[in-house]
Amino acid sequence: MIGIVDYGMGNLLSVYNAFDYLGAAVTICKHPEDLAGVDRIVIPGVGAFKDCIDKINQTGFFEALNDEVIKNAKPTLGICLGMQVMGKRSFEGGEFIGLGWFDADIVRLAPSDPILRVPNIGWNTIKYNKDVPLFKGLPDEPDFYLVHSYYMKANDPKDVVAVYDYTYDVTASVLKNNIFATQFHPEKSQEFGLKILENFIDWKP
Amino acid sequence: MSKKRLIPKLQLRTASYNPNKMVLVVTKQFNEVIEIGDPVSQAKIFQAQAADELIFINIDRHNKDIKKLSGIINKVSEEIFMPITVGGGIKTSDDFRELLSNGADKISINTSAVIRPELITETSEKYGAQCVVVSIDFKKDEQGEYWVYINGGQEKTSYHPLDWALKAEKLGAGELLLCNISFDGMREGLDLEIIKSISENSSIPVIASGGCGLAQHFADGFLKGRADAVAAGSFFAHRDQNFMQTRSQIKNAGINIRMHH
Repeated sequence: MIGIVDYGMGNLLSVYNAFDYLGAAVTICKHPEDLAGVDRIVIPGVGAFKDCIDKINQTGFFEALNDEVIKNAKPTLGICLGMQVMGKRSFEGGEFIGLGWFDADIVRLAPSDPILRVPNIGWNTIKYNKDVPLFKGLPDEPDFYLVHSYYMKANDPKDVVAVYDYTYDVTASVLKNNIFATQFHPEKSQEFGLKILENFIDWKP
Repeated sequence: MSKKRLIPKLQLRTASYNPNKMVLVVTKQFNEVIEIGDPVSQAKIFQAQAADELIFINIDRHNKDIKKLSGIINKVSEEIFMPITVGGGIKTSDDFRELLSNGADKISINTSAVIRPELITETSEKYGAQCVVVSIDFKKDEQGEYWVYINGGQEKTSYHPLDWALKAEKLGAGELLLCNISFDGMREGLDLEIIKSISENSSIPVIASGGCGLAQHFADGFLKGRADAVAAGSFFAHRDQNFMQTRSQIKNAGINIRMHH
């Protein structure tokens, strides 16, 4: 059973529908204790970092997530803000502490070409590490849908398994042990996105 | 680099034959509405053709029922896995929540943003700027001057499109959706003058719409209008258009767009 964390932020339905469409058993976890009953965890999220981490703290998900993701090492997928919140700290609208699973800061996109917009909204070609099983079955240069103003700047380059070019390499995916996360939205990236979710369903870290 | 986007714009209204159903329509200069089919089936066709995003707008002047709109989006999101923008009659932050929780990714506001500009800031802070699309309908008046119009193009405002676009950006809009009412459905090309001036003066993405009838019109929107995306209603709705072929033509014009596979 895949559990989607519902801490009151963002569009859970699309992520739910995508797993359901792929035939996976999926449920929404509204309460921290629900996480104990699932085998895989998905942390979605749209919005601002501060609201996200505040809600994770207020709802009691902080402890439950650390228990299930870190202690019990359940395969976990973070999407967009759900990836960013796994970093150490964010500079979005101040300075805030995240879950700290990745040694990384969340900083604003700063393309050197002024024609490039922030937020970056749209399809970008991803370069990925072919040894990562979560990318199995993708063509060489797949496009994925991104919508973000901030990104994860990892201090350990080993964690970064996919990037895209925005006048410099922007982190598109990170992977560490049982935790995989994407800045792009697989649930909004048509076939290639569904492929990644399918790989996640079968993933044995 | 983000690729340039091609976006079918699905306009909806209450079906003339069934008050409980919403149908897909095409328009000409915001009038001459023609019912052309079921929005959900059409959305599936667009997905099969690898459209980059979809925009759904309820253009019904009398029925602005948010629940009915969110019902359609809910259904669409069961099978459509691409970004979805929804608009038409959205007035409050709660309306945003209702649509976002039913599968919308971005919300487009038009009349309500002009009447109450704080709505932009309020929703941008709450749901993120990327979620707030300010839709701007405009045209030239009898004196040949550009003005923004609201209420489905019926009511003239005191804004020039560029001024309103820049104000909306300042207030927190994440994207701008532009449409010249006089060009709508005419299939003679986009209003490149206004699109260009807004694209060059704002730093958020601009979606140009209104008037595409040929692949060249899309290419012009990107190259001459400097838009980030081009949306079209009647162009994509007409079955005689081969989406794949159009896409190749746009690509051949030198535009960096997503090719299917």
